Order: sequence, then structure tokens, then C-alpha cells
Amino acid sequence: MPEQLLWAAEAMMNGLMAGVLYALVALGFVLIFKASGVFNYAQGVMALFAALTLVGIMDGQVPFAHLINAVFGTEIHHFGWHVPAILAIFLTGVVMVGLAIFIERFVLRHLVNQPDIILFMATIGLAYFMEGVGDLMWGSEIKTLDVGLPQGISETIDEATYNWFGYGFFIDRLDIVATIIAALLVASLTIFSQYSKQGRALRAVADDHQAALSVGISLRFIWVLVWSIAGFVALVAGMMWGAKSGVQFSLSLIALKALPVLMLGGFTSIPGAIVGGLIIGVGEKLFEFSIGPLVGGATENWFAYVLALVFLVFRPQGLFGEKIIERV
Amino acid sequence: MKLKFTALAAAAVVSAAAPAMADLVFPSLSYRTGPYAAGGIPFADGYADYFTLLNERDGGIGGEMAKVIECETGYNTEKGVECYESTKGEGSLIYQPLSTGITYQLIPKVTADGIALHTMGYGRTSAKNGKVFSNVFNYPANYWDGASVAINHLLDLNDGDINGKKVALVYHNSAYGKEPIRTLEELSAKHGFELTTLAVDHPGQEQKSQWLQIRREKPDYVLMWGWGVMNQVAIQEAANIRFPMENFIGVWWSGGEHDVIPAGDGANGYKAVTFHNVGSDFPVFDDVQKYVVDAGKAAGNGDQIGTAVYNRGFYAAMLAAEAARNAQEIAGKSDITAADMLKGMESLEITEERMAELGMPNFGPSFTVTCENHGGPGLGAIQQWDAAAQEWSLISDFAPSDTEIIDALVMEDSMAFAKENNIEERCN
Repeated sequence: MPEQLLWAAEAMMNGLMAGVLYALVALGFVLIFKASGVFNYAQGVMALFAALTLVGIMDGQVPFAHLINAVFGTEIHHFGWHVPAILAIFLTGVVMVGLAIFIERFVLRHLVNQPDIILFMATIGLAYFMEGVGDLMWGSEIKTLDVGLPQGISETIDEATYNWFGYGFFIDRLDIVATIIAALLVASLTIFSQYSKQGRALRAVADDHQAALSVGISLRFIWVLVWSIAGFVALVAGMMWGAKSGVQFSLSLIALKALPVLMLGGFTSIPGAIVGGLIIGVGEKLFEFSIGPLVGGATENWFAYVLALVFLVFRPQGLFGEKIIERV
Repeated sequence: MKLKFTALAAAAVVSAAAPAMADLVFPSLSYRTGPYAAGGIPFADGYADYFTLLNERDGGIGGEMAKVIECETGYNTEKGVECYESTKGEGSLIYQPLSTGITYQLIPKVTADGIALHTMGYGRTSAKNGKVFSNVFNYPANYWDGASVAINHLLDLNDGDINGKKVALVYHNSAYGKEPIRTLEELSAKHGFELTTLAVDHPGQEQKSQWLQIRREKPDYVLMWGWGVMNQVAIQEAANIRFPMENFIGVWWSGGEHDVIPAGDGANGYKAVTFHNVGSDFPVFDDVQKYVVDAGKAAGNGDQIGTAVYNRGFYAAMLAAEAARNAQEIAGKSDITAADMLKGMESLEITEERMAELGMPNFGPSFTVTCENHGGPGLGAIQQWDAAAQEWSLISDFAPSDTEIIDALVMEDSMAFAKENNIEERCN
């Protein structure tokens, strides 16, 4: 096989893997948008907050230590214990549920039946609030996240492709794990929304708040539920991205990677987030491989949006989005 | 009665707005929040701790207490300019914004206001030419020196011959990241190495394409001009593709502990160019522990002492304090003004003896600043990361950059700036 073709295939494989990571972020947006029609600007910050909390719990860090020390003149920083990764993930999940309850109680409850733009603005405020609270709780230095996820080249794929084609493909083991986790997550979410009572209630709320309320569905419970699930998805995304770069403020910027995925896949479809992620991932990697060197490189950020816009020309609601026809 | 109250209120406002004349004011345009906080925090801590040390141990500088006014920029250029505007009336002597973007905005402002701007290892490189840039200083080294020192290191590793070697530059796709390209192109023409440039967009969280290209093209060496998360991801990706870390060299802004620690053992052997020493094995840090940390007056936890970027902030403060001391000598008074400070900076001499007196032997190179040369001699060294010991160590002495190439580039760029802005050459 010609060398260029092999390299393109390697770029495509890595694009698929990157696409899964983008889809993980996009999933959180889709879940909340589906259930409440709110574009959650704070989703990226939720990933950062979840990852910060996970590392903080694992390291036995005292939350708000800087604040406590400044106010009381103490010198406390750590509890002196180390929490195993599984337990820390569970406890972080509990914190994210607590966050969901907090958001419902202090933000959403007061905005029922307000226009969507008001809810969107509220999530912008929420993003800045969580950024500040995250810094205050856990500090803003870079933290190493070690939950036992493998990293580095997959020897098996490298050797297998070398034996077949005479060129070993590079696939990061972390990306493989992310793909498996994302697949499990999507399968669980699909089963939950299709076959569970809460899932059906969630879809009913997504269709019409008022109608759902009239048949006895608790809007508050559904909002807490969906923000909790989005919080858990944010935790998974934060873990995957945090393992690559350390846990730091930039994690909140991964939301930028989800926007073209949502535009392409549609804001209301879980499969759309996955397919959209894969198309964006493969598209941007192949473009960077083939055209990037001719135009100075660094094409991925803008090309993802161009690709999404091209799709929007033909399907304004996104590939899997619901087509809304309003007649006057 | 009403008139009396108005007069009292006016007097109160005037007294609140007036600079505290008894203090020497050193504003710190810091960024403790945002995507670049990991670098901003230790720098700001080092900067503040040095002045706290002088106040607590020596009673200030020449009998005047030093006052650090911190203003959070978040590495945002607009906020940086706001910080400048809101603090310049406080009697500020010198600005060190730790951002190339803010630097470019402040160059015309400080020139109009008669205040010094020190951009140590960043900013506009051609500001080295003091004949054109009256208020801007970038001693002891600039980006182009950094590029040249990295290439000199490759020359040392290859017995002076890198003809035909492949060198890749992975850079932050911004004005900062593009700074070394022209210099490296000139050096490539001179030494015969093949240069490939690979841009990484902000923030740099995703670099798979760039590192796949490096894996395919197998350059002999990779240089990096990164900042923030780009550094950690690049070092992790280099480890993932098993690029030999001893052949991977970053500029000083890619050479902090926080850049290498997330990659764990994979980062072992990674190198970075530096213009100051590393570690905490200097007598001055004993004083910092005693007078600042133990006294509960440290800007941070006190656990950053000796880290690369903390040391850089500490060194920046030391150079500012030494310039203020020099200015006091020239002016013959202790309560110097911004104009006096400029004179102090323009005739600053840092010797090894003085560094030893300060408890910082060999912390940085010896150099002299003149009216013509605001950039010093452009000396740099190479530091290498030991992942097991979790520390940097210097593996070379401070050595000069290729002034033949760099001085010509500085002259070309600064003269173009002078022409654009109708600036008459000074120092004649």
C-alpha cells in the first residue's frame, strides 16, 4: 500500500478516536438540551469542576483550604489520606448530584416558563460561578490525574499493522479506553431514556413542559435527574481529557470542541452527538493531514466549524436533529 | 457647612488618589486565574516574595519600603491595559506584564507616560535596541536568543556540525509562538539544518496531528514554543510516540515543573532553555524561608520556592530592585521617580560579585545595560528534567547567542518600527 495512503488511514483512525472524545463532551450538552431546551454554557466548566473534585478527593485535599487558612490563620491543606480511584469517582458522582440539586434549587426553579434565552444566560452565570468556586475549593495549579487509565502507544495495533502493511499505526491506549467507555455510556443512556419510567418522563418533559406537568411528572425531579446525568458525563469527559493534559482551567475550553459536533449532529440526538463527533474528528484530522501543511497547519479548530456549516446548509437542524415546522 | 463638607470630601479623595510617596511602587500585573494561571501564580508569588524579603529583612530598598500592587489580568490583553491605567498614577516605577500581548499594547503607553517596561524573556524582541525603544527593556535574554541558544546546544551535541539534520519547531499559533521562526530560518541557512514548523492552535489541548507528523517525518530534534496546556499535552504526546526526550527542547516558557510533572516518567530527559538558574540551593532562599514564609507573609503557600517559574518571578523582582537601587544612587535620593528608574535601568550592571552579595551566586548571567542595548548580552543555558528526582538541573553554563544573526534582525525590525512611528534615534 502506498505510504501516503497508510498515513491517511492512520490519521483517520486517530480522527475517529478524537471524535469519540469530542462526542463525550457533546453528550452532556445534548442531554440537558433534550430535557429542558437549555443550551448549557456551563458544560465545559462542569467537566473541569468534576475533574478538580475527583483529584481533590483522591489526594485528600481540604476544600477551600486557602480560604480557611486566610480567615482563621491555620495551615491546613491535606487530610493526610489517599482515596482509591473507584471510591473517589463515586464520591465525585455524589458531589455532581449535589451540584444538580443546587442548580435546580437556586437557578432553574426560579426560571420556569421563562424564555430559553433567560435560561441560557443563567448558565453563563453558572459557568463563571463554578469556575470561581472550583478555583477557591481546589486551587488553580495543574493537578496530575491518575485513575489508572493506560496511556501511550498500543503495542498490539502497532505490531499488527506493521506486520500487515510494513508501517505501524499509532493509536493511543487512552483513546481506545475512551471509545469503550463512550460506547457503554451511550448504550446505557439509550436504554435508560427508552425503557425506564424516568427516561420516558424525561422525554415527555423535553417535548412539552406544561403537558408533562399536567400528567403529574415532577419537573424539578427531572431537572435534577438530567443535570446529575450531565454531571456524570462531564466527570467522564473530565477524566479522559484530564488524563491527557493534567487537570487545569483549560479543561473548561473543551466545550469549544463540542460546538461543531452539536451543530453537525443536532442538539437533541444522542446518536447525533456520536456520529457528529466521529465526522468532525475524522474530517479535521484528514484535512490537517492533507491540506494543513500547504496552508501553514493549525487548521483543526476552524475546519471543524467549516465542516459543520457545510452540513447545516443541507440540514439546518443537524444530521439527527428534530425538524421543527412552525405554521402561521 | 456644605462647602466645608465638600472641601473635606475633596481633600479625602485627593489624599486617597495621591501616590504614597514614601513607597517605591512595583505593580504586578499577575494572572492567578484563567488558562495560564499555572504559570502566572508562581511568577507572581516569586515577584511579591522578593520585595517582601527586602522590606522585612532590610527595611526596603535604600530605606524606602517597596510596595507591590497586584492587579489580575487573567492573561487578557484588555484587562492588562486596564490594570496599567488604574495603577500608573500610584507612582509606579516599572511594569512587568508577563504577556507579549499586553506588552505590545503598553509600549506606546509607557513611552508617553515615561514609565519603564521590562519584558524579561518575552514581548517585542527588537525592543533590545534602546536607540528606538526608550522605555522598553528585555534583558537578560529574548526569544531570538532562546532560539539561538537551543541551536547552539544542538551544535555542541554534534561537534559543531548540524548540516542535514532535521529540526522541527512546534509552536503556539500566536504572535508569541511565531517569534523564533525568522531566527531559526536564518540559523537554518547558516548551519544547513532542515527546519519544519508545526503550528498548534490555542489552547493546545489536541495535538495528535502534529505529533503524528513528527512520528512520520522523524526529525532529529524538536523545539517547542508553547505556553499553558499546550506544553503538558506536547510533552505527553512526545512521550506517547516515544520521541527521545533528550532531543526535545522547549523555550523557557515551556520549562516549568507543571509542564513536565503530568507526563510522569515519560518526561524524563526533556530539556528547556533558561536565562536564570533553577532549584532552591541558594542562600537567599534561607532568608525567604525565615523572613517571609515562616513569618506568614509569603504570597503563596511557600511550597513553590525553587521552582522554575517562581525563580523567574523572584529574579525579575531582584533585577527591578537592583535598578531601583542604582537609580537611587544616580539621583542622590531614595524616593525616586519613574524617570529616575529609567536612568537606573539604562545603566544597570549585574556582576557575579553583586549576585553573590545578594545570596544568589550564579543565579543569572552577569550583564550590563546601556542606552543602546536594552537587552543585555543574550546569554542562556540548558536545563534538563530528572523525573525520578522531580527536579531540573542546569546542564550547561550561560553561553551567548549568535549575535551576528540576532543583532542584524533586531536592527532590521527596530528600524522598521522607528520609521513607521517617526521615532528619532537616541543615545547619539
